[in-house]
Amino acid sequence: MKRYSMFAVAREAMRFHRGWERAWRSPEPEKRYKVIVVGAGGHGLATAYYLGKVHGITDVAVIEKGWLGGGNTGRNTTIIRSNYLQDPSAAIYEKARALYEDLSQDLNYNVMFSPRGLLMLGQTEHEVRGYKRTVHANRLQGIDTEWIGPQQVKDLVPIINIDGPRYPVLGALLQKRGGTARHDAVAWGYARACSDMGMDIIQKCEVTGVRTEGGKVQGISTSKGEIDCEQLAIVVAGHSSVMAEMAGFRLPIESVALQAWVSEPIKPCMDVVVMANTVHGYMSQSDKGEMVIGGGTDGFNNYTQRGSWHHVEETTRALVETFPIISRLKMLRQWGGIVDMTGDRSPILSKTPVEGIFVNCGWGTGGFKAIPGSGYGMAELIARGHSPLTDQFGLDRFKEGRFIDESVAAGVAH
Amino acid sequence: MLTLTCPCCGVIAEETEFAPGGEAHLKRFGPGSSDDEFEGYLFARKNPKGVHFERWRHAYGCGKWFLAARDTNTLEVFATYKAQTTEPPADVIAKIKAKRPDWEGYK
Repeated sequence: MKRYSMFAVAREAMRFHRGWERAWRSPEPEKRYKVIVVGAGGHGLATAYYLGKVHGITDVAVIEKGWLGGGNTGRNTTIIRSNYLQDPSAAIYEKARALYEDLSQDLNYNVMFSPRGLLMLGQTEHEVRGYKRTVHANRLQGIDTEWIGPQQVKDLVPIINIDGPRYPVLGALLQKRGGTARHDAVAWGYARACSDMGMDIIQKCEVTGVRTEGGKVQGISTSKGEIDCEQLAIVVAGHSSVMAEMAGFRLPIESVALQAWVSEPIKPCMDVVVMANTVHGYMSQSDKGEMVIGGGTDGFNNYTQRGSWHHVEETTRALVETFPIISRLKMLRQWGGIVDMTGDRSPILSKTPVEGIFVNCGWGTGGFKAIPGSGYGMAELIARGHSPLTDQFGLDRFKEGRFIDESVAAGVAH
Repeated sequence: MLTLTCPCCGVIAEETEFAPGGEAHLKRFGPGSSDDEFEGYLFARKNPKGVHFERWRHAYGCGKWFLAARDTNTLEVFATYKAQTTEPPADVIAKIKAKRPDWEGYK
């Protein structure tokens, strides 16, 4: 692999850019791998990457039904934060956020991590109390967040309306090292690094069955033939239940649609991420100038990658009240992704009833921010059998009633 | 936008008038059941990509719970029916079979 650098750009500029090579190979699958990762999204590729980098396991294939990073990795609003209340969540999300800090250098691929700061607005007394509690918890967990008053919010975000009328801004939780990254680049960067370590990334290859024998995984059937493996990691987000059914077990997961949309590009007007969970919307400005907006999920099971229109209306209406300047903006694009929601709104990184099969799913509406930490923990789980990052996120927690309840705790949008 | 017919009051309305209630026909396990059964009842879901039986409530109408057979992959609603049943009635199954000959049936 040729490294990307300033000198490479200069060299290629001298010879009409004819020397660039493909970022990753597109091989045909071999008969057998030590580890197969199903799903070439951010989480799947990160799992493969840290398997190779940290644990020296490079006999790995990443199988993808569509194209690399074409699922939720390419459909999210690219927000990165780690201001979670519960200790296990804070640990894995902060690990991810910390890895994002130098991911571009690590991968030799610019993922455009922009720790521009992230605000979660407190717009009711309950929310204020909840976020202050989170700030205190974060202080104990070693995560840098703070509570700021309404005037400081106004100073950071001049376009915001802090006076209501319905929900005045009473303050905000600020995470200064939260922000955004380029979502496609995260997948591409990991893919390039995996391919460089000799791993096979096989796109347009649909898994049609999982072969098990005596409660142990043997391999998978795909549209490109049978492939054997010792260990299988299912990292397929919204389709986790479909894969689990092939392997013969059920998951505590329901798939629903989550939407996002962007406005036409405008001049820079907001250099932090703002989340307004009471009114159900969040917004940031992309480097292209588009206002990136996300809202709530639909309530019913859905695999269509499009959501219901009334959520767009509800969220946009709420944000227009919070940011009056956007009222005349045209919206350019809207899209949906299928998110995998668990009962306690926390992810599952776990062994399964079938020996050799691991699942990494249930990230629901907040998976992008967790990609490096999730991959790091998952790789350790596969290679060593357990990981301090994933131990609390096992499937058995549902039987034991040991939930990591972030659905009410973190004040997340969903 | 999803359009549903309430089998209780007969109103045809958009999804904003209804509240979704998750998977239907769950077999309930209470005191005396095993941990696995109780966990399965509370959390494990079929979550199929295709024909799905689910609960809805006519929240901004008659207020009654009812059930629907819907394709989660196309959002097509095959039928809605009353909730006082432990499994989908034969006419609902027939309607689904007519449109999805490959469907493996209710299980």
